[in-house]
Amino acid sequence: MKQFISFIQKEFYHIFRDGRTLFILLAMPIVLLILFGYAITTEIKMAPVTILDYSRDAVTRSIADRLMASEYFELYRYSENQDDVQALFRQGKAKLAIVFPPHFADDRDSRVQILADATDPNEATQLASYAAAIIQAELWEEQRIEMTTLADGGRVTPVTHLLYNPQMKGAYNFVPGVMGLILILICALMTSVGIVREKEMGTMEVLLVSPLKPLSIIVAKAIPYLLVSMVNVATILMLSYFLLEVPIVGSLTLLIGISILYALVALSLGLFISTVTQTQQAAMLISALVLMLPVILLSGMVFPVENMPRLLQWFSHIVPAKWYIIAVKDVMIKGVPLSGVLKEVGILLFMAFFILVLSVKRFKTRLE
Amino acid sequence: MKNRAFVIETDQLTKRFGNFTAVDHISFRVAEGEIFGFLGANGAGKTTAMRMLCGLSIPSSGQATVAGYDIYKESEQIKRHIGYMSQKFSLYGNLKVWENIRLFGGIYGLPAKRLADKTEELLHTLGLEKERETLVDALPLGWKQKLAFSVAIIHEPKIVFLDEPTGGVDPVTRRQFWELIYEAAARQITVFVTTHYMDEAEYCDRVSIMVDGRIDALDSPAALKQNYGVTTMNEVFQALARKATREE
Repeated sequence: MKQFISFIQKEFYHIFRDGRTLFILLAMPIVLLILFGYAITTEIKMAPVTILDYSRDAVTRSIADRLMASEYFELYRYSENQDDVQALFRQGKAKLAIVFPPHFADDRDSRVQILADATDPNEATQLASYAAAIIQAELWEEQRIEMTTLADGGRVTPVTHLLYNPQMKGAYNFVPGVMGLILILICALMTSVGIVREKEMGTMEVLLVSPLKPLSIIVAKAIPYLLVSMVNVATILMLSYFLLEVPIVGSLTLLIGISILYALVALSLGLFISTVTQTQQAAMLISALVLMLPVILLSGMVFPVENMPRLLQWFSHIVPAKWYIIAVKDVMIKGVPLSGVLKEVGILLFMAFFILVLSVKRFKTRLE
Repeated sequence: MKNRAFVIETDQLTKRFGNFTAVDHISFRVAEGEIFGFLGANGAGKTTAMRMLCGLSIPSSGQATVAGYDIYKESEQIKRHIGYMSQKFSLYGNLKVWENIRLFGGIYGLPAKRLADKTEELLHTLGLEKERETLVDALPLGWKQKLAFSVAIIHEPKIVFLDEPTGGVDPVTRRQFWELIYEAAARQITVFVTTHYMDEAEYCDRVSIMVDGRIDALDSPAALKQNYGVTTMNEVFQALARKATREE
């Protein structure tokens, strides 16, 4: 036990002595959160809008006011005619145009036209649907759309209610994603590089000749990175709670428990990578390519898995981050208890066990 | 030497990798307190043989005991009774001098009190008292090697294996390093050393020379020189190594 403790102590010295790495380890989650939170956002904020209002009555004005009051839209200016609208689109001055026909307030069946710049199709769809929702809400309040029953032969107006994330904040999606990414990076990359560095330096041989058991060497290597990654989880949760205002609805203990489990999967992956590489560069490259890219592209963090070709969807099942992100979203944002994420926890448990056994085996046979 | 106990005994020890026989039926004995030079050109099988003796590699056939323990069944016991230092000098560069000493003392399970005493003694003998808080990376190579050797025998092992311990330093520094080896041997620590430097070979009690996985010569440097009718170990080595058919 004593030898084990002096060995863990040494691992901490390695981390703390290397100021640059330590800084990267601790600052990375903050940088990533800020990047995703403010720069790489898919949220719509203050999109420039032009309004072509042939009616200019009280109703169209109140709709316009309501649109501009939301944080999604900003009035660029009113347009005079269709050509003017076209010109604004071409110059890129407007992303959306709202056209009210004449006598809007008086005509019961009047329609609003929404034009969107679809060079970015996702954004256009989103803008148009936001605008439609806001217009609908205003009209409903104005009693222009009546919630009549079908028996009356009236129209049915669907009322959308967004659950769990009514403000449609992107943070609700990317905070779990960033956690999935950071934990893989810290645990897998740092562990694999840490072990391979000892191979390169020749100190691994000395350790293997010593009475230390190979398993204790592995565990002692992993513990410091597990702790650092938990500090990262705490940083991310605090930033997202206080700065990005993402609530933690479910059990914090469960959330941390799942994070530790996922970190174990990542640590075993790191260990596995260290058994198949000989140099630190190779370990780093493999960690980055084999682990990071699938996490970013296939975990559902950025692109919805449902939209991918079947083959990639299957492939995404073996990306641990996918299951972790699902579980974190469920627990953190929907407040699901353990019984609701059993499947994800089970899959992660299996992955951790499977990869760990595989890599410990490889680690040992490498000695032959 | 007949009256002394043998700490390493091998009998027809062999290691094959597929069709390639890296170590080919070697048999030799090393006595307690002996300085045993293990020579051979690159690729002759020195490292493989040494790895088997250290418990890092399982032999294909043959028998061997190290410190009285069987290398097949008792490798855990062997690891407790040997020290090891490689050509990469085996210390952690970003740990301080005393931290390295404490780490390896801890790994070999030295009690705290004894470790503290040992640390002081070691720093004193090496004249490193002022460098206690220095990172090992900042020490000159010769000092690193001396420190690494002292750390490798911190637990007073029966045998210490040195794999080209003095690579990259000048003959004067090598000579200083060998003073430490003599001191260790005087304390009945057996020294098993591989080297490329023929001046070092002269310092050994006995020398074995491996060619193509076999031990082609084994005797004291003086006897070897006499047998081959030459005046230096270098000439002995050249005469034997020329027979090698194996590519590096």
